[in-house]
Amino acid sequence: MATQSGIYHQTYASDMQLRPTTMQRVRLVLVAALLVIIPFVVDSSTQRLVNTVVIAAIGAIGLNVLVGYTGQISLGQGAFLAIGAYSCGLLQAYLNVPWPIALLAAAFISALLGGLIGLPSLRLKGLYLAVATLAAQQIVDWVIINWDPIDGEINGRATDALRIPGNALFGNADLRLNNNDTLFYIVAAAILVVVAIATTNLFRTHIGRAFVAIRDQDIAAEVMGVNLHRYKVLAFMVSSFIVGIAGALLALQSTAISFERFSLSVSIEYLAMIIIGGLGTVSGSIYGATFIVVLPEVLRSIGRMLTGTDAASLSEFNRVLPFVQEGVFGVVIVATLIIEPEGIQRIWRNIKDYFRLWPFSY
Amino acid sequence: MTLSRFARPYEVNSPPRRRLVVDHISLSFGGVKALTDVSLQVEPGKIFAIIGPNGAGKTSMLNCICGLYRPQHGHIWYGDTDLVKTAPHRLAHLGIARSFQNIELFNHMTVLDNLMLGRHVHMKKNLLTALLYWGSGQAEEIRHREFVEHVIDLLQIQGIRKQQVGALAYGLQKRVELGRALAVNPGLLLLDEPMAGMNVEEKEDVARYVLDINEEWGITIILIEHDMGVVMDISDTVAVLDFGRCIAVGAPDQVRSDPAVIKAYLGEQE
Repeated sequence: MATQSGIYHQTYASDMQLRPTTMQRVRLVLVAALLVIIPFVVDSSTQRLVNTVVIAAIGAIGLNVLVGYTGQISLGQGAFLAIGAYSCGLLQAYLNVPWPIALLAAAFISALLGGLIGLPSLRLKGLYLAVATLAAQQIVDWVIINWDPIDGEINGRATDALRIPGNALFGNADLRLNNNDTLFYIVAAAILVVVAIATTNLFRTHIGRAFVAIRDQDIAAEVMGVNLHRYKVLAFMVSSFIVGIAGALLALQSTAISFERFSLSVSIEYLAMIIIGGLGTVSGSIYGATFIVVLPEVLRSIGRMLTGTDAASLSEFNRVLPFVQEGVFGVVIVATLIIEPEGIQRIWRNIKDYFRLWPFSY
Repeated sequence: MTLSRFARPYEVNSPPRRRLVVDHISLSFGGVKALTDVSLQVEPGKIFAIIGPNGAGKTSMLNCICGLYRPQHGHIWYGDTDLVKTAPHRLAHLGIARSFQNIELFNHMTVLDNLMLGRHVHMKKNLLTALLYWGSGQAEEIRHREFVEHVIDLLQIQGIRKQQVGALAYGLQKRVELGRALAVNPGLLLLDEPMAGMNVEEKEDVARYVLDINEEWGITIILIEHDMGVVMDISDTVAVLDFGRCIAVGAPDQVRSDPAVIKAYLGEQE
């Protein structure tokens, strides 16, 4: 499916379109059709995997706003996810709030706290900022573990986990999200589409350009009239708003959440997503999230094919699998950095360019 | 080629041009005195050149004007605003723009986006309209795109408007940086060595642009440049800095024959 060439624009509006050619629009329709078809054609375990991908994609777009576009390195992704998840969970558990309102409220709470966590960025750059966000990550982890109201009990035993009641909507138990994977997919996929479009639009306007300018040359940006303080905090708020949605979806998907799902390793996993997918692109965030979520499943299936079915080799397989996964992650990240630092989205673009010009080389 | 290519876009009011008065400023970094008791006066609509040997404090002077350095003593008045007390990001609102000695463009953005960033202070739409990119939000982008296209025409960079800046040749990058400053629609433009590292033809081009900007757009220009030929040809007033002190100010001819200037540049005969 080649892209067109020889396009002539007569107005600035048409020149500034995101998808000026027919072929690009056809591809967009195909992607939309794919999103719609998924729940009809996949089995329930695959649907759950797809749901996880969608949540991760939303979270990765949020992180990319901060790290890829604005250049503020954050190791606090887990913390932002946790703030979203626990806000949503607590609102449901204690105030019995319907889930759509809890979801939205969680996003706003995340944005507020995200702006607060972003305050060190006014003074710190690069690795120093990364350490400051690492501190935020540790503080949030500590609060989750030690603050009693957000601990619960499961089967009569006190745990660090928070039980999510999964509130019904309009008194209709069928409209709960944590036992209805298809409904969850519809909600999450719709949110992903909205987030992707809104983020893309943001970076077509002066606010998004100010973010990118801060990443590329903060001093020049300031001299050109960008208020660094305001826009850095704004970047943290926009980013954690989106990540908060992803966190809230994590809470809505499950019956209980606990701190292990928001640890530092989660933060690093999300950084891996946007590095592999492509820093500073929306599509890259989605590719990267898909890759990182699906990769372990692929490894597991390959492993299953290679090992025997007897108990001994299965337990050996389960023992080795985590190490293999970590190793493959490492190899993939290093390979991306060496071969195509701009990530999967760049590889995809190169492929499109190749076919656009085919059979000529340029 | 018609004159309209050079004219300031008609739909935009030119910002008020004010007199810049540097009033006895001193700047030091620890024991190093970068500027000592320097006073200058830049009249609106003129081209004012600052020259001097390396390390004389020329760039420090510009950095003081645009708020990146804070002088310990003195004031810098632009109209009745004291720039010493003004945050750097407010400068563009006052109609002051600058280019940098070492190109400080946004390397991963296109030429167009770099120039559009120059319009940042004139764009008022909020986050919500940005997320929607609909109606008035889109209209604002298009309106400023028109202004940017004027700048693109003026600097003759039509062919590269969609290219990534980081991949451009040095001379073109310098030109884009000039364009980004022009996109602010400034009343006062600070140019830090706009011709450094260029060949004679490129220098002629840039000198032409500087004159066009000054004459057609009526912009006051403060210029730092090492090429004496260019400086003496195009500037109305020349100030000479040496070891952080202003040793001479005046018309080019007057400065050229000033004994203190000759001493600073050529040294003294024993």
